[in-house]
Amino acid sequence: MDKFLTFTIVGLSLAAIYAVIASGLVLTFTTTGIFNFAHGAAGMLAAFTYWQLRFEWGWPVPVCLVLILGVMAPLFGVLLEVVVMRGLRGTTDTVKLVVSISLLLFMIGLAQLIWPPGVSRPMSKFFQTSTPINLGPTTITWHQAITIMVAIVAAIGLRLVLTRFRFGIAMRAAVDDPSLSALNGARPNRISMLAWALGTALAALGGILIAPNVTLDAPSLSLLIVSAYAAAIFGRLRSLPLTFLGAIVLGLTEGYLTGYLPQNQYLPGLRIASPALLLFLVLLVLPNPRLRGRMTRSREFFPMPSIRGTLVFGGVVIVGGVVLATTLSTPDQLTYGRLFPIGIIALSLVPLVGFAGQISLCQLSFAGIGGLVMAHLGHGGDPVALIWAVLISAAVGALIALPALRLSGIYLALGTAAFATILDRWIFTLPKFSVFGWFNVDLFTQGSINVDPLTAFGKTFNSAASQIVIGAIFFALVAFLVVMIRRGRLGRRLIAMKDSEAACATLGMNLFGTKLLVFSISAGIAGLGGALYAMQLTSIQSGNFDLVNSLQVFALSVVGGIGAVGGALFAGISLYVVLPVIGVLFPTVVRWVGLLPGATGIGLGRDPNGAVSQMRDGFAPLAGSPSSLLVMTLTLAALYGIRLIDAIDNWTFVGGLVIVPLVASVIATVSAASKERMLAQLEDAPDRTPMEWIGIDRPWTTEDLATLDLALGTSELELHGPA
Amino acid sequence: MNLLEFRNVRAAYDRIDVLFGIDLEVPAGSVVALLGPNGAGKTTTLRVAAGLHPVLSGDVLVAGRRVNGTAPEELARRGICLIPEGRGIFPNLSVRENLRMMTYAGVTLSAVEAEAYERFPRLKERRRQLAGTMSGGEQQMLAMARGLATSPALLLLDELSMGLAPIIVEELYSIVAQVAREGVSILVVEQFASTVLGVADLAAVLVHGRIARVGTPAELQDDLSKAYLGG
Ligand SMILES: Nc1ncnc2c1ncn2[C@@H]1O[C@H](COP(=O)(O)OP(=O)(O)OP(=O)(O)O)[C@@H](O)[C@H]1O
Ligand SMILES: [Mg+2]
Repeated sequence: MDKFLTFTIVGLSLAAIYAVIASGLVLTFTTTGIFNFAHGAAGMLAAFTYWQLRFEWGWPVPVCLVLILGVMAPLFGVLLEVVVMRGLRGTTDTVKLVVSISLLLFMIGLAQLIWPPGVSRPMSKFFQTSTPINLGPTTITWHQAITIMVAIVAAIGLRLVLTRFRFGIAMRAAVDDPSLSALNGARPNRISMLAWALGTALAALGGILIAPNVTLDAPSLSLLIVSAYAAAIFGRLRSLPLTFLGAIVLGLTEGYLTGYLPQNQYLPGLRIASPALLLFLVLLVLPNPRLRGRMTRSREFFPMPSIRGTLVFGGVVIVGGVVLATTLSTPDQLTYGRLFPIGIIALSLVPLVGFAGQISLCQLSFAGIGGLVMAHLGHGGDPVALIWAVLISAAVGALIALPALRLSGIYLALGTAAFATILDRWIFTLPKFSVFGWFNVDLFTQGSINVDPLTAFGKTFNSAASQIVIGAIFFALVAFLVVMIRRGRLGRRLIAMKDSEAACATLGMNLFGTKLLVFSISAGIAGLGGALYAMQLTSIQSGNFDLVNSLQVFALSVVGGIGAVGGALFAGISLYVVLPVIGVLFPTVVRWVGLLPGATGIGLGRDPNGAVSQMRDGFAPLAGSPSSLLVMTLTLAALYGIRLIDAIDNWTFVGGLVIVPLVASVIATVSAASKERMLAQLEDAPDRTPMEWIGIDRPWTTEDLATLDLALGTSELELHGPA
Repeated sequence: MNLLEFRNVRAAYDRIDVLFGIDLEVPAGSVVALLGPNGAGKTTTLRVAAGLHPVLSGDVLVAGRRVNGTAPEELARRGICLIPEGRGIFPNLSVRENLRMMTYAGVTLSAVEAEAYERFPRLKERRRQLAGTMSGGEQQMLAMARGLATSPALLLLDELSMGLAPIIVEELYSIVAQVAREGVSILVVEQFASTVLGVADLAAVLVHGRIARVGTPAELQDDLSKAYLGG
């Protein structure tokens, strides 16, 4: 009984923290419609700041608390709202998600910049030295008591704010109908600023309360707090009372698992992963707003890729791989070569997210499975293991798809994130075990496991150079496959499903089968990427495939343009070429490089079609000018030749690679424009604006009105002309 | 003087034009009815006037001042009150909380409550109820209450009658007439002329995003059928 009470208290104090964090999340989600993945990261930053003020500089506790909770956190929330969130109105769930994920990455980068990792930063609990309060059969520490009190006060306070204060009522009104709220005279920007200020302060409070229980580490603290999101899901992201109830369930489960889980080597991970498991279960059990008929008008538009364009793209990728393999030193090849396997993993997102609109944040987990298969079955570099990697990852993908099928939007994102967390924290940490005595499974043996290089045609591809070329070839092949999917029947179905599931269902389309198929294709591709990645790394550990990596690849793919294969290449190049190159070129800013992936993603709100579509538009005139294209290719080839005989160094070479296409495209654009002008002069064409564009491309004239009247039969009505 | 004036106003959804340069005047203290078939652009006209929808070209003037691009909340605070199509209420707030939202326009809660409960005693009985659970008529009363309690200068009403029993419509329009007598200028949109022409001083017919006809209700009565057939 004492033990039970003790762990009830442990559970309740955890529940209190989860409740505080989750209620802040619910507040911002309901008032602004943005599910803030970076909510936990705000708590993380607050915890670090508290450590800095309180333990590094020794400021008194009340000063630290007032400063952080009353000033810094609310200001930070307002800053987020004004700079980032306000621009997201009218964008799709995917864009919102990527921006908040990028924010999470950015904040982790920021924390690591200010507080370099690897330093121990102990934090003591509140009233650590005071004797615990005696409750008869058990005791409760001051920290626990304070935590529980804080949650109760927060609950009452929030309730008062939302029902008694006008700005609180306005927050709830904004959920119902934001434009009606404006018609009442409530200033929507001010209301959402207040919501973000309050929400961020709650995250900060939770962060400061939880930090003394764990080690102060930016990524794990940010994601640990993700567990609190499970509580918010209990409340369907709307109801605060249910959120508090969810927090209690979550906290108690974790508390009792701590107390009663049998001591063996398989289960410690289960306790750490339990919030994620519960999140997964709650998502599955709770009713979901599925098959919503509402069409979201998106600003995204992905054109149909042409076969010729894709072949050229694939050729360029392979040539690029050969160039990298022949010009770089071995250490550089090891660094930059990752771009292709990571690019393939990013490609796996294109059919799933880009075409089908299904968000997945666990692609690196599938990649990890591919890598493990390669490590265990690919002894001696057996190429058959690659096939197994694809098949087994695809099977796991299908398995995950089964429960995930009934989820959509951010619920699906959270479900897949939970899956990734379960793998990271539990499955991938398991020691050797046997499945029903049939066979033994031994994942990451002693934390890491070796992977043999590929052997085929009697040749072992163990040099970094050959691995790059193999990666490039596989990337080109998979890119072609993805384009063929887009152009085929499946592609059309996926796009239709993304546009409206309800419409597809009424048309008799088999949504279930289609989703299952696209999930397994995607997981299979990720598994292939993971297997190739594992071979390049030669030795893999679970950390190579964790959620943070998935988030990075996901965010950058969407930034690149998730609807096209070019976006995947963009993700690979940004992560494994641009970032390292910046680090080498500007050693003084190397510590800032960690901020870049996040910063890029935050910029996405401006153009949801992605960076690649902008680039493609910029280079479009070049494609239409064969002479410029030929001259450019010859110049590039010549440049490459000069590089091979070592007449120039890599930096000059890279400079040339960037400048030559730019110059060529400028020339092509200029010549295209002058040609157009000439044509226009020749024809001296009459205005042929189609009817529906009148008034848009040029103003209305009386003649137009007459024509329209004739067409619409309104001519006999007396037109009320301008006075 | 015109309290509201549209000068050659064009508006569009994405790139689809909806208003093709309309001119419209609401003289101070008068009731103007805006009629027209489905999809003519009546709701859009009101949304433009309330600042909810941007103007592509042309001018919107309130009391002679150009207000293009002014945010809806600022217009609301300056006395322009749009009761939107459907139910202009917050369904998940209680009646009293709905009334509380009206205080943003610069009146106190007690004044709002006094006015609303006096005109619609039924709302007082239901002040703790969630607004979304009330009957359609009660919801429309609550929506109308904002038009009365915030003492606006200009009231924009969009299809008050939608989905309501004729007797309730009559009750609502008698209140509109009463408000008009107190000097509030009103622009009221209806699809069917009969309900509104009784209270209107002037009427305009909107067809395909253009004002097809303006005149007194009597003048218009004859042309109306023609307009609908033409649309
Ligand atoms: N959000 C929107 N997006 C695109 N088009 C719209 C939108 N809202 C209205 N429209 C179009 O603009 C036109 C005018 O619409 P509006 O709602 O102003 O008509 P209305 O006269 O109020 O019609 P009703 O009598 O049916 O209420 C219609 O053709 C409609 O399809
Ligand atoms: Mg309408």
